[in-house]
Amino acid sequence: MQELGKAESNSTRIIRQDDKRVIIEKDLDTEYMVLSMGPQHPSTHGVLRLECITDGEVVVEAEPYLGYLHRCFEKYCENVDYPAIVPYTDRMDYLAGMNSELAYCITVEKLLDIEIPRRVEFIRVIVSELNRIASHLVAIGTYAIDLGAFTPFLFCFRDREHIMSLLEWISGARMLYNYIWIGGLAYDVPADFKKRVAEFIAYFKPKVVELYKLLTENEIFVKRTYDIGIMPADVAINYGWSGPMLRGSGVKWDLRRNDPYSIYPELDFDVPVPDGKFSVVGDCLSRHLVRALEIDESLKIISQCLDKMPEEPNFNSRAVIPKRIRPKAGEVYGRAENPRGELGYYIVSDGKSTKPVRCKARSSCFVNLSAMKDLSKGQLIPDLVAIIGSIDIVLGEVDR
Amino acid sequence: MSSSPSLNTWSDALSGFSIGWFPLGLVIVAVIPLVFIALYALTYGVYGERKISAFMQDRLGPMEVGFWGILQTLADILKLLQKEDIVPTAADKFLFVIGPGILFVGSFLAFAVLPFGPAFIGADLNVGLFYAVGIVAIEVVGILAAGWGSNNKWALYGAVRSVAQIVSYEIPASIALLCAAMLAGTLSMQQITVMQTGPGGFMHWFLFNNPIAWLPFLIYFISSLAETNRAPFDIPEAESELVAGYFTEYSGMKFAVIFLAEYGSMFMVSAVLAVAFLGGWASPLPNIGGLHLNDMTSGPAWGAFWIIMKGFFFIFVQMWLRWTLPRLRVDQLMYLCWKVLTPFALIAFVLTAVWEIYR
Repeated sequence: MQELGKAESNSTRIIRQDDKRVIIEKDLDTEYMVLSMGPQHPSTHGVLRLECITDGEVVVEAEPYLGYLHRCFEKYCENVDYPAIVPYTDRMDYLAGMNSELAYCITVEKLLDIEIPRRVEFIRVIVSELNRIASHLVAIGTYAIDLGAFTPFLFCFRDREHIMSLLEWISGARMLYNYIWIGGLAYDVPADFKKRVAEFIAYFKPKVVELYKLLTENEIFVKRTYDIGIMPADVAINYGWSGPMLRGSGVKWDLRRNDPYSIYPELDFDVPVPDGKFSVVGDCLSRHLVRALEIDESLKIISQCLDKMPEEPNFNSRAVIPKRIRPKAGEVYGRAENPRGELGYYIVSDGKSTKPVRCKARSSCFVNLSAMKDLSKGQLIPDLVAIIGSIDIVLGEVDR
Repeated sequence: MSSSPSLNTWSDALSGFSIGWFPLGLVIVAVIPLVFIALYALTYGVYGERKISAFMQDRLGPMEVGFWGILQTLADILKLLQKEDIVPTAADKFLFVIGPGILFVGSFLAFAVLPFGPAFIGADLNVGLFYAVGIVAIEVVGILAAGWGSNNKWALYGAVRSVAQIVSYEIPASIALLCAAMLAGTLSMQQITVMQTGPGGFMHWFLFNNPIAWLPFLIYFISSLAETNRAPFDIPEAESELVAGYFTEYSGMKFAVIFLAEYGSMFMVSAVLAVAFLGGWASPLPNIGGLHLNDMTSGPAWGAFWIIMKGFFFIFVQMWLRWTLPRLRVDQLMYLCWKVLTPFALIAFVLTAVWEIYR
């Protein structure tokens, strides 16, 4: 059978059968329905709005509308000193504040060309990897909720709580830390920090296995995500995807390896990429798997950092912080691997001012979300929800 | 069963009781299950579900109102009663109001034929099982009315999904129950139960006294999850996809009525499952030698205890599943119904018939 075409509306189809007879099929006349999904919808992860054109339960087209959480990050940066931007970067990707701070600080440090003490580097890596685990736990947990499993979400949040209290202990804040400063840290870590992080790792390792059993290996979960929302590697690269999304499509690209910063070159860890045995490369399940496996890798990194971290009594974490940050004229682009992908800052300095002339944030979520229109074509509404969940957007970072 | 009175004595006597022209007995017969349901829905249904889900999720659940939050449901109901009864301006007022009513009635009418013990049954119809399956289907009308009347796109999606799902799952569910009816040789709920009583306790239950019944038992259990819109088949009210499905626009007492109807159906399908395959009010304990455990635990009061316990057990399993499993997709749900459950139900039907002829 061969479909020759569709006449007038989608309800009439002309089909030529194998014996050359032509059949005109007429369905009931149907109409498209415009469905506004969000900004107040449980599974748009904040205030994303999708305008879906639906044919029954099938989404013909979905157009994302952004800007409900726009807070003028870039304009704000032009009006404050360099260090005053740090707390604001927390508020972009509020689930991974440490990583955002790290990306911003290494960018400015690149511009200033200052040497960072080794202990500071280790602490920075430990806290940002802890934050990466916390962020992935939220991603996996909310993804489970999107697919209707409530319990894994709360299990994830229970474990995330331990990371939150660790980070609260060292910085004083649970989500918006303002801990990593340009040239150093707000405070050195408390005396028992190593011990408690080691305790956390020992506690958390069995919980990761529990999460695998409860969610990742669940038959229904696999059925809901397997072969859904496939993104081929070349298209993903063209869209500028990064992070777990790009790795989910089978591209081994991790800035911690490909454009190393801080002390990552000294550390031993893998970049998990789906091999296509358990999932179709590029589908929602691959992206979920990458996140789940990255938790293990982050734990590995933290353990190594705890071993290698130099002990310095009376260490002053603010020793090399410049009194007044006035970089020489020039521009710089610095980037770091955020839990959601490449977070980059492009900063222009005129050499006279203590404020940047321009500070542009390259948000990973925003870039990843741009493929939504492609991914959503012809999907069912439940699959659309699964796809949005697998992109793991934080609207604070998308809209900035 | 030396001490137990003959079948239906209490309910027959109660039905005949009247003061003057006023049939007080009939009113009481109708009210007893409702009172039971209200108590059950308050305590075990809502409070139990919240506590069970909490313990499964490393939480404590409601703890503030009363000892261990035991009065939480009462507080919730007081809150819901005080809520403004909102009917959206664009809604179809008649359908919007009548929807929850039909749902509620459909779910509770089936309680008339549930045998709460050897001496108490609301109405011992000779087609009781058929009635129980049929009357629940009225819920579909209520859901469609609620979803359409809300004039909300999400509610409409929920209603359409729900109708497709319930109508589909009626088929394997009915065929599975038909197996039980064949084993018993009757459609009367009371007679089906009587067929499963005996000194051997659970050995006489259909699930254990023949090699086939486990198949219709499983099929009916899975279908009943779908019929009551419970996870993993809760796609009509999939909160992450359709906000709240067909009751998105409902608030206040109308919402509470829909909620109550859901818990009512949960108990109803669990009780039907217990009657059809697990001996209804029959005691599970066997007589062992001189120890007459079965005789000691039979009788009207024990009967009510056993069927309620069996019902509660399956409600617990439903909750357990709900808080463990993700949700299926619409097409996967239909696939499961038409390509897995229905063929297996038919196989079970044929096997049961063969067993009945040649045993």
